[in-house]
Parts: sequence; structure tokens; C-alpha cells
Amino acid sequence: MKTIENEKNHIIPYKTFLFVLAGLIVLTLTSVTLTRISLGTMTVTIALIIAAIKSTFVLRIFMHLKFENKMFSIAFIGVILLLAAVITITLLDYLNR
Amino acid sequence: MSTILVKHRDDLASKTGMWFFLFTELLLFGGLFIVYSVYRYRNATAFHLAAQELSVFIGTINTIILLVSSTTIAMSITAIRKQNKKFAVVLLGLTIILGLAFLVNKYFEWGEHFKEHIYPGSSILALRGHGDVLFYGLYFFMTGLHALHIIIGLIFILVITISILRNRITSDNYVLLENSGLYWHLVDLIWIFLFPLFYLIT
Repeated sequence: MKTIENEKNHIIPYKTFLFVLAGLIVLTLTSVTLTRISLGTMTVTIALIIAAIKSTFVLRIFMHLKFENKMFSIAFIGVILLLAAVITITLLDYLNR
Repeated sequence: MSTILVKHRDDLASKTGMWFFLFTELLLFGGLFIVYSVYRYRNATAFHLAAQELSVFIGTINTIILLVSSTTIAMSITAIRKQNKKFAVVLLGLTIILGLAFLVNKYFEWGEHFKEHIYPGSSILALRGHGDVLFYGLYFFMTGLHALHIIIGLIFILVITISILRNRITSDNYVLLENSGLYWHLVDLIWIFLFPLFYLIT
């Protein structure tokens, strides 16, 4: 077995996917349980933080971004920043009317 | 001199194209999330109460179904690269069955709402006030658009499965399988946000 694998030849073992799946299911159940307990305004924040963590797993492992050319990750982050900017500006407008 | 037939192929370009398409999908759903945020901010109480009527149980089951289906399609790439064609086809078949299960749940879920006369344009829903109309309008539109993506994804995966059976997708030419996987994961990714925003934040 090669210790340093070429990124292009990187085959993710089945086991990794199953571990990630287990993690994602645990996070989902955590999110459901935490939002059942009324945490007031924190609920939204917690639910969205957990969703963001789950997304990171899906993007990096399932969608292979961790092993791809960095160009893909940079472009993806760019799109997210654009979305974040549009959301912030729109909400600033609504909150200050 | 022997002639070597080489079909021109650029896997990196193919994948880049897929990612660019996924970016437009993110902007499409992103726009809808902005609409959701603004209306939720302006109709906080109505959204809060209406969201309690959604079944967290079905929502959670559907979330897990999509997560498992994402895992099976991701594993099928490993299978095809290990030249295990049969296992890859089994995994893709599982992905399709799970996708269909998601839609069946959605059918029963929507059916329940329709029975209570909750659907876009319903006069009984209109009586409940502006906030409820907006919540359910967004709910049906966003989960409906998501379900449409599931249907498209299933057709995509079915075509890919047939290509594998016909040896058009092999251990050294699997970028189309990767692209169908990317599409399916994006659909999963959007659900990861739809689920808490509609079902959990009450």
C-alpha cells in the first residue's frame, strides 16, 4: 500500500463513508432533540450551526472537495460569500426600515 | 503502425462544468432562503405556529433517507473504481429506491395537508391570515422545487446505472457517475437546510 497517494488516484474507502453517515445521523438527531427543548432565540442559531457542520461533511467527503483541486473549494466559498453578502444586505435593509 | 483510437475526454472540465451548474442551483435556492428569512422576520408568530403543524417525525425520517442515499451513491464511486461493477449497480439501485421512498413520504405528507385544505390558493388557508399563506406558500414551493430536483436526480442516476451495465462507465471513465453523485449530494445539501428551517425552528 502506498503511504502517499496521488490526489487524483485517491479512492475513499467504504468505511469512511459509513463513519461520515453515522456522524451525519447523530448530528440530525442532536438537532431534532435540541430544537425540541425550547432554547428561545438560540434555537435558530443552533439548528443552522448543526446544518452547516453537516454540510461541511457532505461537501468535503461525499462531494470529494477535500481531495479535489483547491480551485473547486475556493470557487464554492466564493459563491457562499456572495450569498452571505446578499442575505446580509437584504436583511440590513429590512431590519432598519 | 497501429492506429490507436483515443476518444477525447476532459474529466476535469466535465466536473468543473457540473460544479458551475451546482453554483447556479445554490443561488436559486439561496434566493428562496432570503425570501423565507424576510417573511419569517415579518410574520414571526404565524411562521412559528404554522411550523408546529409539520410532522417532525416524517421530516427526520426523510432527512435520514437522503443521508443514507448520499452515502450509497458516494460508495458506488469507490465500487466502480475498484472495478466492482455489480456492487456499484446495487448501490445505485439502493440510491434510487431511497429517493423513491423520500417521494412516497412526501406524497403522504402533502396529502395530509391537502385533506386539511392547506394548499396554495386554498380559501380555507386564506382565512387563517397572511402569515400562514406565506409560510405554506414557501413550504410547498421550496419542498416542491426540492422534490422536482429529487425526480431529476433519480432519472439522472437511472441513466448512469444503465450506462454502467452497458460498460459505458468503467473504472477508468467514471466522471459521469461522479457528476450524478454531485447533483444528488447537492439535493441532500439543500434538504439539510430546508429541514431545520421548516420543521425544527418552531
